[in-house]
Amino acid sequence: MHTLTPYLLLSAGLFCTGLIGVMLRRNAIILLASIELMLNAANINFVAFWRFHPSSEDVSGLVMVLFTIAIAAAEAAVGLALVISIYRHYRTTNPDTLNELKG
Amino acid sequence: MNLLLTIIALITLASAVAAICLRNLVHCVLCLTLSFAGIALTYLELSAEFVGFAQVMVYIGAVTILVLFALLMTRGGKELHLRSWNPGHWLTGLGAGLGTLGVLLVGIFHSKLREVTPLDTKDESVHALGNSLLDTYVLPMEALAVLLTVALIGAALLAMPERSRPGQTFRKVSSTKEGPVKD
Repeated sequence: MHTLTPYLLLSAGLFCTGLIGVMLRRNAIILLASIELMLNAANINFVAFWRFHPSSEDVSGLVMVLFTIAIAAAEAAVGLALVISIYRHYRTTNPDTLNELKG
Repeated sequence: MNLLLTIIALITLASAVAAICLRNLVHCVLCLTLSFAGIALTYLELSAEFVGFAQVMVYIGAVTILVLFALLMTRGGKELHLRSWNPGHWLTGLGAGLGTLGVLLVGIFHSKLREVTPLDTKDESVHALGNSLLDTYVLPMEALAVLLTVALIGAALLAMPERSRPGQTFRKVSSTKEGPVKD
């Protein structure tokens, strides 16, 4: 039978994969990619809850996903531009070495 | 359980795990693309066609190319070797990730919502989505348009090479004052 559970499980798995990626990887680009994975996991939940919502006209879940996709694209563009700019100055993309603001 | 969805979910999860495990960064990005494709298929399986194709165009088309080009312009392939193998760091990361997964799983399996069944008379047309975007959500959409424009102009400015060009004196001053770090 078609239920909500597999979508929620898929979303939880993707979110945690992205979280582990953010915590363990040492490259700013892969960090950004992991953040994209987490955003996508949230999007799956939005679409799944839209599909299983009892109202037949409500499309707010889909609208939210479209907004999230647009903002995630902007975030990826700005983030990668920052990474390239940082690489030009420091010759590294390892976020651990960028510790000059450490208190 | 739905067989198609199971296959899609397994491919998506496996490629996501591969994307954060592989050492070669280009392979990571390619696995990430496969994962995005699986997510787009999930949207299609949920009969959200417009969002599915938006996912294909934005993520598989644009974001992946952007990430690949960023890799090309920074290091291209090899990740930094782990100079200091720190088990504490790995334990903390894995513990936090798996702990979050556990909390989410407990939440999912204790929820009553997971047994709801979808409505057959769902209005799945793009028509309803477009009406809603231009009616209820018109202001957020305009704000989003401004945000996208500003973000893309800002990204182009950030990534622009800081070369001293004629007629651009302030960049020259700042680059001579600070100078690139040489290590």
